[in-house]
Amino acid sequence: MEKYNKTNGKVLPLDRANVDTDQIIPAKYLKRVERTGFGQYLFDAWRKLPDGTPNPEFILNDDRYNGATILVAGPNFGSGSSREHAPWALNDYGFRTIIAPSFADIFRNNCFQNGMLPIVLDQAIIDKIIEKSSKNPDYSLTVDLESGVISDSEELTIEFTIDSFKKHCLLEGLDDIGLTLSEESMIKNFESRHVIS
Amino acid sequence: MGKTLFDKIWDEHVVVQDIDKPSLLYIDLHLIHEVTSPQAFDGLRDTNRKVRRPELTIATVDHNVPTKDRHLPIADQISRTQIEYLDRNVKEFGITYYGMNSAGQGIVHVIGPEQGYTQPGKTIVCGDSHTSTHGAFGALAFGIGTSEVEHVLATQCLRQSKPKTMEVRVDGTLPFGVTAKDIILGVIGQIGVDGAVGHVIEYTGEAIRSLSMEGRMTVCNMSIEAGGRAGMIAPDETTYEYLKGRPHCPKGRNFDKAIEKWDQYKSDPDAEYDKVVIINAEDLAPFVTWGTNPGMVAKITDSVPNPDSFELESQQLAGQKALEYMQLNAGTPITDIPLDRVFIGSCTNSRIEDLRAAAEVVKGYKVSETVNAMVVPGSFKVKEKAEKEGLDRIFKESGFEWRDAGCSMCLGMNPDILSPGERCASTSNRNFEGRQGPGGLTHLVSPQMAAAAAIQGTFVDIRDWSFR
Ligand code: SF4
Repeated sequence: MEKYNKTNGKVLPLDRANVDTDQIIPAKYLKRVERTGFGQYLFDAWRKLPDGTPNPEFILNDDRYNGATILVAGPNFGSGSSREHAPWALNDYGFRTIIAPSFADIFRNNCFQNGMLPIVLDQAIIDKIIEKSSKNPDYSLTVDLESGVISDSEELTIEFTIDSFKKHCLLEGLDDIGLTLSEESMIKNFESRHVIS
Repeated sequence: MGKTLFDKIWDEHVVVQDIDKPSLLYIDLHLIHEVTSPQAFDGLRDTNRKVRRPELTIATVDHNVPTKDRHLPIADQISRTQIEYLDRNVKEFGITYYGMNSAGQGIVHVIGPEQGYTQPGKTIVCGDSHTSTHGAFGALAFGIGTSEVEHVLATQCLRQSKPKTMEVRVDGTLPFGVTAKDIILGVIGQIGVDGAVGHVIEYTGEAIRSLSMEGRMTVCNMSIEAGGRAGMIAPDETTYEYLKGRPHCPKGRNFDKAIEKWDQYKSDPDAEYDKVVIINAEDLAPFVTWGTNPGMVAKITDSVPNPDSFELESQQLAGQKALEYMQLNAGTPITDIPLDRVFIGSCTNSRIEDLRAAAEVVKGYKVSETVNAMVVPGSFKVKEKAEKEGLDRIFKESGFEWRDAGCSMCLGMNPDILSPGERCASTSNRNFEGRQGPGGLTHLVSPQMAAAAAIQGTFVDIRDWSFR
């Protein structure tokens, strides 16, 4: 897994609540058997008009936000289906950092598994970030995982917390499975006394 | 302080508890399907890892499979590839498989219980959010992503932070016409689609106890729609009665012994939950969703709400967007909403009891000329049983299509999808934008309500239905 340390990137403000994984990537694109190549289908239904042409109203189609790497969204982001294709699509498109007031549990787990950083901030701060970035498409944030601080070039400096183990894994780019397998003797031990009917 | 049902199962499955790491939890049963597993098996191959306990993993195909003309090759090349991948992977890694033409094939959450793999006290995972269904048996069952699928395959364990607990108690007796589906829609309507985030829900109370296993599965199934990590119900006689004689359950004396153990899986009287929600069954009614998430529900006797009346500005905005997408106007009585399609199926409501309930409603009536209706049994076993009982004839005579088992129009990965603008009464669990096909308009309801709507061509209050 790629290490995550510090990032500076342009913000894409997506001011919606309960963005579900069916929106992040619709079911018809889940048929691929690879982990890659899903970025082109990110928010597919919102990006396109019924006739298939780009929807000019949807922010991802606004060229001024090209190259954004930090997605900032409303509460309960990533609800619904457990499809890891959702974080794969976001990552593939370029969003490795996602900031929201809250995340759905499985989605958040899936992000960590892919070296992506889901950050929870207060709604009030998110509102401020969304406002700034809506006014100024070049608005960017610096996210420092090690110190747990997000800042912009103006007055904003805000701390965020992240589970210490998850943080450690992200910083080191650790392989979760390898780590568990290193506890093999404990697993064996457990298995010897655990009966499954 | 006593322990909750959740605590008991959790504690029994902790393999390692380091202070600086989430718990390493042992997994008793791992279910897999074709959509969320191919990348996991590739991961194993890339790293030269094996499946640690292949006998604890069960596979089936459900999301992609066509629900008719199974004897023909699958037309969609990519769907076919995904299924062939699973065919190959289970062979290579030695995993029990209910393949497309197996007599036991079906939706993964229907066949686990049906075959008796799902049992009280187990930890159960699957690369699918509706794994919460299995909690109906007093198991701790939750959905995971593909990387975690790979992790479980390789280690039979998962690293998990301990969730909080939430009791949802439904007191009283369910009124006539109010089903398990209405309980859970009512719960989500009340606590919201993120009301249980970070929590495992335990459903308790008289109304829950009175439910059959099918009903309990319907309730637990949609825990995820309230944001819950899992949903569970303590096992009792109803549970044991359902499990008795299932192919993969203990038999004879061993079954009696198993019951002795299973009986411990209930919350102690003095156990405390992090959150408690109390609902009175008498306040529930048949529900219909009007919006684009399962929390946007109305009683059948109500009208489409006016988003301006919502408390928060964000809710008003979401409500307006939802109405726009759903092509509905505030104030329209729910019973005036006309339908184009009816779908009876999905892991929420495709079990034998659901089909019986729907058949009872439609018997002797014809599906409205404006409606195209279909029934998709949850598994081949369900289909077989329904046919033995003659339910297929009732449906077909009414004008329903009678299909083979799978997820079908619940998510539209196979050819069963809504066309843009088509409005559907569906017994599934998600009414997200485009869930049943791009531009499709989904209303979630119980099987009885879906059945009656198919006949009437609009929603009807099942409590007034003439079969009564
Ligand atoms: S029936 Fe629907 S919700 Fe259930 S497993 Fe299949 S796609 Fe998922």
